[in-house]
Amino acid sequence: MSRLLKFNIFRYNPQDKSSRPRTEEFVLEETDSMTLFIALNRIREEQDASLQFDFCCRAGICGSCGMVINGRPGLACHTKTRDLPGEITLLPLPIFELVGDLSVDTGSWFREMYTRTESWIHTEKAFDPAALEERMDNKDAVAIYELERCVECGCCVAACATARMREDFLGAAGLNRVARFLIDPRDQRTDNDYYEIIGNDMGIFGCMGLLACEDVCPKHLPLQNQLGFLRRKMGITSLKRLFRK
Amino acid sequence: MQTIYTDLLVVGAGLAGERAAVEAADAGFSAICLSLVPARRSHSSAAQGGMQASLGNSVMGEGDCPDIHFADTVKGSDWGCDQEVARLFADTAPIEMRRLAHWGVPWNRVVAGKSVYYKGGKKFEKVETLEKEGLIMARSFGGTAKWRTCYTSDGTGHAVMCTMDNRCAQVGVDVHDKTEAIALIHDGETCYGVVARCLRTGELRVYLSKATMIAAGGFGRIYPNTTNAVICDGGAHTMCVASGVVPMGNMEAVQFHPTGIVPTDILVTEGCRGDGGTLLDVNERRFMDKYEPEKAELASRDVVSRWMTHHMREGFGVKSPYGEHLWLDIRHLGEEHITGKLREVYEICTSFLGVDPIHQLIPVRPTQHYSMGGVRTDRDGAAYGLKGLFAAGEAACWDMHGFNRLGGNSLAETVVAGGIVGKKIAEFLEGCETEFKTSLINDAVKRQQARIDALIEGKSGGENVYRVRAAMQDALNKGANIFRTQQGLEECVATLQDTLIRARNVGLRSNGKGVNPELAAALKLEGQVKMALMVAYGALRRTESRGSHNREDFPARNDRDWLNRTLAYWKKESDTLPTLEYEPATQVVEIPPGDRGYGHSQIISADSKKD
Repeated sequence: MSRLLKFNIFRYNPQDKSSRPRTEEFVLEETDSMTLFIALNRIREEQDASLQFDFCCRAGICGSCGMVINGRPGLACHTKTRDLPGEITLLPLPIFELVGDLSVDTGSWFREMYTRTESWIHTEKAFDPAALEERMDNKDAVAIYELERCVECGCCVAACATARMREDFLGAAGLNRVARFLIDPRDQRTDNDYYEIIGNDMGIFGCMGLLACEDVCPKHLPLQNQLGFLRRKMGITSLKRLFRK
Repeated sequence: MQTIYTDLLVVGAGLAGERAAVEAADAGFSAICLSLVPARRSHSSAAQGGMQASLGNSVMGEGDCPDIHFADTVKGSDWGCDQEVARLFADTAPIEMRRLAHWGVPWNRVVAGKSVYYKGGKKFEKVETLEKEGLIMARSFGGTAKWRTCYTSDGTGHAVMCTMDNRCAQVGVDVHDKTEAIALIHDGETCYGVVARCLRTGELRVYLSKATMIAAGGFGRIYPNTTNAVICDGGAHTMCVASGVVPMGNMEAVQFHPTGIVPTDILVTEGCRGDGGTLLDVNERRFMDKYEPEKAELASRDVVSRWMTHHMREGFGVKSPYGEHLWLDIRHLGEEHITGKLREVYEICTSFLGVDPIHQLIPVRPTQHYSMGGVRTDRDGAAYGLKGLFAAGEAACWDMHGFNRLGGNSLAETVVAGGIVGKKIAEFLEGCETEFKTSLINDAVKRQQARIDALIEGKSGGENVYRVRAAMQDALNKGANIFRTQQGLEECVATLQDTLIRARNVGLRSNGKGVNPELAAALKLEGQVKMALMVAYGALRRTESRGSHNREDFPARNDRDWLNRTLAYWKKESDTLPTLEYEPATQVVEIPPGDRGYGHSQIISADSKKD
């Protein structure tokens, strides 16, 4: 006999003047290999066609479906109901602007982050279509990809105490982005250049070291190590800058 | 009503769209990409395996060149492709890979010295040369003569997507995410932009442009079981179908990927087989080596999918509550390889199936995966039928894939075609002036608003959008799958014609206010059913087997009567079937039709006489 699952889902449609923030209850019979992707789609198709949530790849690789699942930010698509109790509470990610129900606007937040971190390779070299590619040590390529695996789901930001307190905090996702370019031999920026971006309380010195980001990252990025690495590097850069003055 | 002008408007912000936008921006034009999701969530990012380009850096790709890549592509297409386009693609791909390296893609690189690899479950050794160390590495993929697939671990699409979106941020290409284009603004001759619906507020918005590009990916979601993302629903195609003048090319050419996992249909990469994974049946025995002695698991996708289905029909499938399946075995590749180069695969198996692929078999079956068909364009990416309309990537039928595309060729196509078409768009924009007629724009907006109001008020009826959608998916699944017959397709067409009537009578259950997901689904449903009819009717009329299109009642490839491309139009709103026209598959013939070296061998030659 399969379980009857009780879902408590946050509901609010900011575009509907009569809508008020509230929690609504839905009941579903659990099926084999049920994930929150399957469950939420069934609720929408069978019980309430207006329910808003975001899924895209539904395979844990695009980062669309971040939400707070029984108190913890995570990706809904790879959350299996069999790993959850019979009562499941779903809330939208905090920090990001609410679009409606479980859907939030991560796009605007991350686009702002790209601009602040200048999230691209800075180089004076021009591309030469006739030349061989520049060589790179495979170890460097692997290390860069390790950090590039971020899917921008926003879970680390939603779980971050500093981000709760200051809107301008770059968050683990933003700092990890800086680390990705810092280790890339193609990027010609110096430690001083990176210091201008993250050598402050909006950046690496705002991190209080609570590390919920590392705990909730669905891609298991080494965020703790990156934050430590950047803090050390920027700390040293900061001292160098003091003595040079 | 907010009205936004841009020189180039791209519908879609995946690799093809963003690549073209970068090209236009580099030439000094303004460019905006509209996207249902933030750009990096585009389905391009889900492509795990890699991009084919004949760099020939690996010792296993020694001697590779565009000529061999071109030949593989033409054979893979079962001679259904436009050879001029395939040639353009093969020649440009290596340069594009290097450009991406320059922009920041962390391609895996050649490591000199000895290393082991697996083929067909057996261990082999190779020695990479010091001379090539640090250059872009490649891996093996189905249907190719050489190791030619450039990759970044098994997140190639994701890594390239990050770099491309970074490049867009750098050169000032705007991405308007959570925005859905719902209708083209056109006068039957020229395209002037789109009417879009904001998915933050639900409001309509007008985008005007000199050039409009469709780069919204495939339409796998018209099938019930697909590896495609939720957003790959053909919404952008429906706008072109609705124009009545823009044809869809080869809609019946639908690829089924051999390794979708059961039950969730998520794809595990062809890299699994490329790296030496094998397919096993209910007795845990290999079978592909018997059907295809030479290529075995690495024959092209259409061939492997067909043999898998055949083998299950012979009674060798594994029974499960979700239907029959077969096994993919990668256990012999070892923990380091599986958690390293195939990490995404490892994560998908453990998170979605509860299967540990280091020690357990992975349940797989052929699953809808790729749409070779799409908005028909010329070699410059200009759509047939409307001036100022372009298309590239999976959304387009450019047509380098013909009736079957090779693994790694579509991800490469996104950036190669994006670059080529982007350049042509920039040339088109140079010196192009347009006049926008406000009456044309207002009419287009009013028509869309009227559709929305009718759906909300239930003016046309009370059909449930999700049930009608399911009926469409079910019909295609039954009749227009891997193996096709006249009877099955006739039933499919008849069911879809009923479904079309139902789709016109949909009414919303919810109030339709704001970003209403039911309204979004309802707005594209009628167009989707028309596309489904293009697939099924095109397949019914094509009385031959070519690439992924397999007629059990017409098993031979018929080069005498069918060496052509289907062009499907929906000419009049009141039509109940698409109008099909045909054009030669290719004007330029570098490689005349011949034997692929795998798959079926019955061929009716172009020179043979009619019975």
